[in-house]
Amino acid sequence: MQIFLLILAGVVGGIIGGMGMGGGTLLIPILTIFLDVQQKNAQAINLVAFIPMAIIVTVINIKRKGIDYKSVLLVATPALVTSIISALLVKKISSKTLSIGFAVFLIILGVVMMIDTLRKCIYAYMRKCRDEYIAND
Amino acid sequence: MSNKEHTIQRQQSCDRDFSKMSYKMLQKEKKGLDKLGKKGRIILTVIASLFVGVANGLFGGGGGMLVIPIFTILLGLEEKLAHSSAILTILPLSLVSGIVYIAQGNFTIPDGLWVGGGVIIGGLIGTFVMKKLSNNVLKIVFYTLMIVAGVSTLVKNFGG
Repeated sequence: MQIFLLILAGVVGGIIGGMGMGGGTLLIPILTIFLDVQQKNAQAINLVAFIPMAIIVTVINIKRKGIDYKSVLLVATPALVTSIISALLVKKISSKTLSIGFAVFLIILGVVMMIDTLRKCIYAYMRKCRDEYIAND
Repeated sequence: MSNKEHTIQRQQSCDRDFSKMSYKMLQKEKKGLDKLGKKGRIILTVIASLFVGVANGLFGGGGGMLVIPIFTILLGLEEKLAHSSAILTILPLSLVSGIVYIAQGNFTIPDGLWVGGGVIIGGLIGTFVMKKLSNNVLKIVFYTLMIVAGVSTLVKNFGG
């Protein structure tokens, strides 16, 4: 049963990850809340599990949607430096502290993205209203 | 007055009527970004990228969500291109962070492999349905889940 749940958690996280929405943001809390995995272990699982998935999805994306390599390089290079440093720091932080930090990160990110999406919806709706108004004029 | 001119005038007055505030905000944003210039945008991108790395290394995920707005807002990529590029951007980060996590003994073998298998299956499903499902309703559901997950994690930590 536990194995089935682990695979299921992976599938859910994978779907969201494959859509490019950041699967880890849901996979990690699923693992820690429902499957009692330690925060650090959940983070490790998410990182490692992402690699083969990202390779496969990228190969498909190169043909189907294209990739802007210049932008990838511009963002990945500085991020690589800080990711190594912060991954090394994890050793010094307890799973509990890390878990609280992660939760706060999730909430802030969720609220900010939610506001942004709602704002875009309102813009789109207003543009639609305007176009309809002009069409009827 | 020509037809075209009339339409433009109409459009402008409608902008005032319907979306005074939101249009002002959009224009303000655009002006702010224009003021930055190409160089400023690149500098801002590099600074923002540092946080992407921190999210990836420290929290083991969530970097991708930060990459998308960097690509769309700062670098002006189209949404779909931004998503496919984001996955490739996170790949090297997860690779190095993953190696560090494994070296620290945080990757548990049977569990990790089962989840990993699931992630691959889910990832393929996600790529193929992305076209059909990437709408705002889905996004709002997803962000709600994120907030709920964050609150639940806090409750679990403090509530015993």
